[in-house]
Amino acid sequence: MSYNWEVIGQSGLQFYGKMSASISHEFKNVLAIINENAGLLEDFTLLAKKGRPFELERLNPVTERVMKQVRRADGIIKRMNTFAHSIDQSDTKIDLNETLELVVALSERFVAMRGVNIVKTFHPIPVMITRRPFFLQNLIWLCLNFAMDAVGDEKTLGLVTEETKEGARVIFTNLKALTSGSPMDTFPAEQEKALLSLLNAQLATDLEAVELIITFARDIRR
Amino acid sequence: MKVLLVDDEKDFLDTMAERMQARGLEVSTATSALDALKMVEKGYYDTIIMDLMMPGLEGMEAIKALKHKQRGLQIILQTGYVTGEEVMKAHSLGAVDIVEKPADIDMLMEIIKGARGKEV
Repeated sequence: MSYNWEVIGQSGLQFYGKMSASISHEFKNVLAIINENAGLLEDFTLLAKKGRPFELERLNPVTERVMKQVRRADGIIKRMNTFAHSIDQSDTKIDLNETLELVVALSERFVAMRGVNIVKTFHPIPVMITRRPFFLQNLIWLCLNFAMDAVGDEKTLGLVTEETKEGARVIFTNLKALTSGSPMDTFPAEQEKALLSLLNAQLATDLEAVELIITFARDIRR
Repeated sequence: MKVLLVDDEKDFLDTMAERMQARGLEVSTATSALDALKMVEKGYYDTIIMDLMMPGLEGMEAIKALKHKQRGLQIILQTGYVTGEEVMKAHSLGAVDIVEKPADIDMLMEIIKGARGKEV
């Protein structure tokens, strides 16, 4: 079977670039908080040197904030590492729940900027399928990005994983604007179609339930 | 001098506000551009320092809306990364300066003082 590698490659690069930019923005925020807290310590030191009385308790929130940012940075690095290594992997057994968690975490800033609240209802046990992780993440991001536009004024997006007899499903629910027509005019576009074909997945909409559904067979067939 | 700090990172906001207050500024804070708009509607500020990438209202739209509410308001952007195109657009909308995070507070203080009375 032949795939549209030009479109898949372009989509992958755009996805990688977008997520990397978001990660770097998060990092800058972490550094800015650590920088301000280091500056605050410097301010305290200068005041103490000038003989101003200093209460040691004022150090506690500074320490807490720095430690919080170190934990946050560690989480960002771990996600970045998983994301970067997903490019190395060919068809691999992966947990859909974990993949969705990763894409949602990577997209956190985009989700927040659009004021969308994501409610996750994941299958209680890992939902294993065999796919190339990076392309699966790319497809999920594109669908998530579309779903955020289709979520309507309520701005609550449901994200569901299900295990089926043949494989698995990812469902984007509460897409109130799906019925208004315009979101579906341009979706799925060429890049989503190319990724669906590569991942041996099907995309469907349920206009009555206002849902977008991606269906995966358990194993890839090439 | 009244300064409004706007950033969705609460820890950043609190620490920076404390440091600026120690330098003699009267500082208020907001965690979104929409909240900042409401505050500008209710009270006067000399300068607003805000992140360009925040939830709710896109940065450039926020500059336009803030300038509309208070014409002489000095806007300084403080953000993680900004493109040349964004710098030009922000200046054309009336932002006085754009500072990259993490920033040096002394440099920021100089910009705040210099921004006073300077309208782009």
